[in-house]
Formats: sequence, structure tokens, C-alpha cells
Amino acid sequence: MDLVGKKASISMNVKGKKLNITDMIILTILLVISILCLLPVIHIFALSFSSSSAASAGIVTVFPIDFTFAPYTQIIDDPYFFNSFFVSVKRVLLGGIVNFVLTVMMAFALSNEKSEFRSRNLYMWIIVFAFMFNGGLIPTYMVVQSTGLIDTLWALVLPTAVPIFNVIILMNFFRGLPRALKDAAIVDGSGPWRMLIQIYIPLALPAIATVTLFSIVMHWNSFFDGLIYMNKTENMPLQTYIQQLVIRPDEITSANKDEIMQKASSRTFNAAKIVVTMLPILVIYPFLQKYFVKGITLGSVKE
Amino acid sequence: MQYKGVTIHYHLMLLPGMIILFIYNLLPISGNIMAFQDYIPAKGISGSEWIGFENFTYMFELESSRRVFFNTIFIASMKIIMNIIVPVTFALLLNEVIFMKIKRSIQTIVYLPHFLSWVVLAGVLIDMLSGNGLINKVISFFTGETMFFLASNTWFPVVIVLSDVWKEFGFNAIIILAALTAINPALYEAADIDGASRLRKIWHITLPGIAPTIVLLSTLSIGQILNAGFDQIFNLYNPLVYESGDIIDTYVYRTGLINAQFGLATAVGMMKAVIGFVLIILSYRLAYRYANYRIF
Repeated sequence: MDLVGKKASISMNVKGKKLNITDMIILTILLVISILCLLPVIHIFALSFSSSSAASAGIVTVFPIDFTFAPYTQIIDDPYFFNSFFVSVKRVLLGGIVNFVLTVMMAFALSNEKSEFRSRNLYMWIIVFAFMFNGGLIPTYMVVQSTGLIDTLWALVLPTAVPIFNVIILMNFFRGLPRALKDAAIVDGSGPWRMLIQIYIPLALPAIATVTLFSIVMHWNSFFDGLIYMNKTENMPLQTYIQQLVIRPDEITSANKDEIMQKASSRTFNAAKIVVTMLPILVIYPFLQKYFVKGITLGSVKE
Repeated sequence: MQYKGVTIHYHLMLLPGMIILFIYNLLPISGNIMAFQDYIPAKGISGSEWIGFENFTYMFELESSRRVFFNTIFIASMKIIMNIIVPVTFALLLNEVIFMKIKRSIQTIVYLPHFLSWVVLAGVLIDMLSGNGLINKVISFFTGETMFFLASNTWFPVVIVLSDVWKEFGFNAIIILAALTAINPALYEAADIDGASRLRKIWHITLPGIAPTIVLLSTLSIGQILNAGFDQIFNLYNPLVYESGDIIDTYVYRTGLINAQFGLATAVGMMKAVIGFVLIILSYRLAYRYANYRIF
């Protein structure tokens, strides 16, 4: 409240704009909304740095009580946590690269007019069909099983290798680039691969940053494929681990259940695990944030 | 300008993606024939017995599957309505802020929850809503009572809808904010000269200006009416709230993969897919007719 009032009065002096009572009310409401958006994140941080006695007494709100690193040192003793963290890192790298390569290639080929690439509309219809219609949980599981991906990293990468929504966003972005660029490149003797790599990719960086952010976030955040395609705990990605151990510890189906359950979870320990799980998103988010609004509005809205 | 012999490269660029789409997206659709079988995993699709529409008739007789369809539509409609009202209101408020720096900081903060997973958020919410959690501390301070939000069939759908709106309203506001910037500023200047108040300007210029976008978003959301949010409910629910919270996707997961009733679960999933497909086609046709919207 003070902060906004101060900032507002500075701007008021500079620009000579007048703040009336309505403006103050609106700013206050928006400030409360912003705090509500951050509150759960701040609360879980506070909890993860508090002593377990303070946590179980329920007195932790937004500041840590009896500040301690103990929950984090406890994580270090949990080999499954680190293991699943690295499964997630591997998944994001491999899946992100596969998504990136396929998205860019497909979006570029599909960005051609029908007159230049006659099969374009056929491909487009297949893609839109696949976007809207899928086989459902059980048939998909059976295909993944019969292609031998169960308990491999590829089970988390291949079924989501083509992010169709991202392909469409990027394709629309490519179609918005000036036609003359392409003609000039053709006159200079450029083939399609060179055109894609040296002209289209550099020009589409905001859109590519956006779709890459989406695909990285998707890979980091998904837990369900890890749950159904991974039978062994050591193959589970981080979100699946959290889901199994923090949210539903009663439903662990894994073979080494007893061993896992011995690492009894406390409230602060769980909070620390959740913090580490969301940390990568909190770290990359500010850097990519500025791109995505531009990317999504340019790519998805057409005239 | 045309150049020769290059279409082969375009086919090559599409080939790997198309193979993957075919195997993991289109091929499973054929697996839906299990819905017409008494599927036994050991015998496979070719060996299992054909039973016609028995799975479907059984599905309609089951009390639980009717409840599941109702819950799905109820929760999804509430989410759709709230996910239009809240982002529009928020965008209108934000649009009234004249200081760009404050505006951008607020935007950055409210987008954030969209990028956190439901696993993480469920972990946070379960803690905050527990008997000993932050929210109950506040409630018991005022009323002296403790509420069990995630164990009550009255409160569970409310928690689901509100937490979804909380997570997504900032992100959903992006498209509304984009529509707001497209409104011709001359209209506001003219209104200022005519002495229009703030509310009048919102009512006569801003709202008509974003009306097409609101219509478009509402139309497109028709196609999502059977998607009540698997990740969210799966991570927040428990047997106590199956009655109010169980949706098609969670039901298919439990009957199919946990209880191994593959035929029945596939039938339920197929029912959802068919209705959903029809609704999506319908919503895209409406969007094309009334808002001239095309996906490509």
C-alpha cells in the first residue's frame, strides 16, 4: 500500500497526472489480488525454512519461524528425491530439444502457401484432427506399452514429441513474416533448410522463446505419464515423486514401498521438497516472461 | 515466387513428426474397439470376446458413471463461467492503471501461478486448507470453527473452481488485454470531450470493444465442457469427495488402470471423446461464423 502510494505520487509529480479516489481503490484491489497470487508461494517458502515444531503448531504465515535449513539438509539424505530431480532434468533437456526441432521444422513446412506446397492442407487436416481427437487413456497406454517404452525416458518424450498447439502458434508467426524475405532468399540461391535456419529462426525468436517456454514448463510439470509409464521409483520424474510421496503417500504402488515409507515425511520436509520442485520455474520464468506475451498475441491472433 | 524441387524437403521436415503423431496419437484411436469387447489383457484385442454395446449399456446403468458425467459438466461449466468473468473484470481494472511500471509488475505476478504444476499447487493447497493450515487459522480466529474443505462434498467443488480461477485468471487475461489495446484511443478522446464518466466510457466503449473477444472465448470454451481438469482434481481429491469431485478422467483412470476394467473404462473414455469431438467441431463452427475465427 505504501509502496504503491509512493510510486504513484512520484509518477504523479513527473507526469502531472492526477490520482483520484477511484484510482486509489483500483490500485488497492489490484495490489490485494497480486498478493493473493503470491501468498501460497511465500507461505510454502516460509514453512520450508521453519522448525517443525513451529509448523505443527500452525503459527507460520509469511515469515519463517525459528529459521532453519534442517528441512533442506534432510532432502540431501533422500536419494530418491535427487534421483527423480535428475530424471526430470534429463526429461526437460531431451524433450525440450525434440519438441524444439519438430516444432520448428513442421511449422516452417506448414507455413508455405498451398500453391507452393500442394500437400500442405492434407498435413494440416491430419494435425488438426490429432489436436482435437485422441485415443483416450487406456488405448494410448497400450500403444506406449507395445512400443516398448515403459520404464524408459522415451515414454515421457515420444508421446508428447509434437506439441501441436505450439506448431500452430509458430506456423502463424512464420506466416506473418514478410513474403519479400523469402523471395530475396530464393533469388540468392537459398534452399529451404538454409532459409529456415538463417532467416526464419532468428526472426521468430520471440515466438520460439514462447513455445520453448511452454514445452519446457510442460515437461517439468507433468506427473501423470511418469505415474503410469514408470513402474520403478528410480525412473520417476520429480513431479511424480512429489505426487506419490507428498500428496498421496497412501497410494504408493511401487515395489520398494516400505523402503520409501521409512523416510517419513514431516510438514516442513514436504514444504522444502515442493520449494525445490518449483524453483526451476521460478528461476527461468522472469527471463522468458517478457517474450511470451508478445509471442502468444502475435502468434495466435489473426486478422 | 516459386522454386522447383523443394517440396521433397518440406515432406522431409514433416516426416518425423507425422510418424510420431501417427503412432502415439492416431493409432490409439483404433484401440477404442476395446469398448465393444470383454477385454482381457492376456488375450489381447484379437483374442478377446466381442460383446457389442454391453459396456455402454452397463455404463448407463451404473449410478457412479451418471454422477461422474454430472460432476464433470457441473465443475467444467462453473470453471468456464468464472474463467470469463474474473479475467475480464481483472483486465478492465488493470486497464484503468496509468502507470506502466505498476501495470507490468502486477501482470508478471498474476501470470506466475499458471506456470506452476498442479502437483506443486496441490501440495501447497492441501497444507493451507488442512485443519491446522493457514486458511483455517484465519477462519477459526473469526468464527472459532475449523472447516475441512477437501473432505466436504459441499466445499470440494468450490475449492476446485476457485483454485482453478486463481491459477489461470492472469494468463486468461492476456487475450483480453490484447483486445483492449486494439481499441481506437480516439473513441476515448471523443468521450472525454463529451464529458463521459469513467464508468460510461467502460460501458459504451471498452465493453463493446472487447465483446467479440469475449464471444469468441465463450464459444471456444463449449468444446472444453467435458474437460473439468484431471491434474487438479486427481491431486486434490480423496475417497471422501468422490461423490462431488469424481470426473470422467479420474473415473477412467481408476476403473481402467487401477481396477483393470479395461472395456468399461474405454467405453466411458470413448463416450467422452465422441461428445467432446462433436462439441469442439460445433464450437469452432460457431466461432468461425460469429467471430470469423480460424485456427489456420
